[in-house]
Amino acid sequence: MAETIELTVARYRPEEETEPTFQSYEVPYREDWVVLDALNYVKDQLDGSLSYRWSCRMGVCGSCGMMVNGTPKLTCAVPLSDYVSKPIRIEPLQFFPILRDLIVDIGGFLGKLSSVKPWIIRDNDQSPHEGEYSQTPAELDVYKQFSMCINCMLCYSACPVVGLEPEFTGPAAIALAQRYNLDSRDQGAAERLAILDEHEGMWGCTFVGECTKVCPKNVDPAGAIQLYKRASATEWFKSVLLPWGSR
Amino acid sequence: MSEVEQRLAGGAGPYHRPISLWWWLGNRAYLKFIIRELTSVFVGIFAVLSLWQVTALSEGPEAYAAFVDRLATPGFVFLNGAVLLFVLYHTITWLNLVPTIVVVRLGGRRVPDGIIAAAHYGLWVVLSAAVAGILLVR
Repeated sequence: MAETIELTVARYRPEEETEPTFQSYEVPYREDWVVLDALNYVKDQLDGSLSYRWSCRMGVCGSCGMMVNGTPKLTCAVPLSDYVSKPIRIEPLQFFPILRDLIVDIGGFLGKLSSVKPWIIRDNDQSPHEGEYSQTPAELDVYKQFSMCINCMLCYSACPVVGLEPEFTGPAAIALAQRYNLDSRDQGAAERLAILDEHEGMWGCTFVGECTKVCPKNVDPAGAIQLYKRASATEWFKSVLLPWGSR
Repeated sequence: MSEVEQRLAGGAGPYHRPISLWWWLGNRAYLKFIIRELTSVFVGIFAVLSLWQVTALSEGPEAYAAFVDRLATPGFVFLNGAVLLFVLYHTITWLNLVPTIVVVRLGGRRVPDGIIAAAHYGLWVVLSAAVAGILLVR
């Protein structure tokens, strides 16, 4: 069994260089380590200048997403033992601008996320003393899967449309919109449809399906987007076939 | 302006990685996606051939016989063979994706993907058999 493992890490120091370079580090191989542990070893023992995001170390905060050998991964959830016989190449999440080393600019993503109004919208908000909006377990089950998103952005990094068309709202944000549309307490589906029924919205998705494959929480953004397209198409048919009917 | 902002302001700024025209070649999943998309061209060719057939049929027996003769030439046999292969690939890849789009709930539970896909494959077989039956049994 190897005692060390080679970690090749993308570096970008905008005050020193105009494009990213790669730097290799030799780190101890430990079976109980994940890739993030190896990065922390580099930071603590070898090179304190290496910059990257991380926080919870348990697949909840969604901070430590990076490209590991070309695939978007949460580095806290990838055992080093998966790569024991080959060098590990770590890069910042693709399709995002790089700020420094492994840190990407998430400003665009956050803007897209809030653009879909991911909160419960009511025609008439009732005050707290009137009681809560109740919901049955069956009603919760309809959208629960889509509510598990941790905003780790792996799906954006797996989606070529995000890279090719930067205006595309993207998988997580559309899935989140669908999460609220399917919530029995919500009445904002028409507002969100007006925002997402555009080429930059749901229709930008070409159903590559990689967003769903890389999602660490099994949210299935691709499924959410296709369901949304189906709902939008149904609305359109209704408007054409039933011009005077209820839409 | 903080020290960090001052240093960043003097530097190169955020780096935008260029995307190659051949981005789909480096990743097996992207390659399969592009092949699936390109098979649409053959679906289009199949539609054009069908329209041509209907047009020939409307022009009378002689025109239709000429159309059939032309289809029997090696070039058209090859084209039809290629169209058949790619349309099959297109159909199978899309039927495999159907469970993602068609979500059916029965008794409060989501019907398993395998059953949704199997139902569509079954429907495909039944419709194909019906068309074959109409063509072959006269």
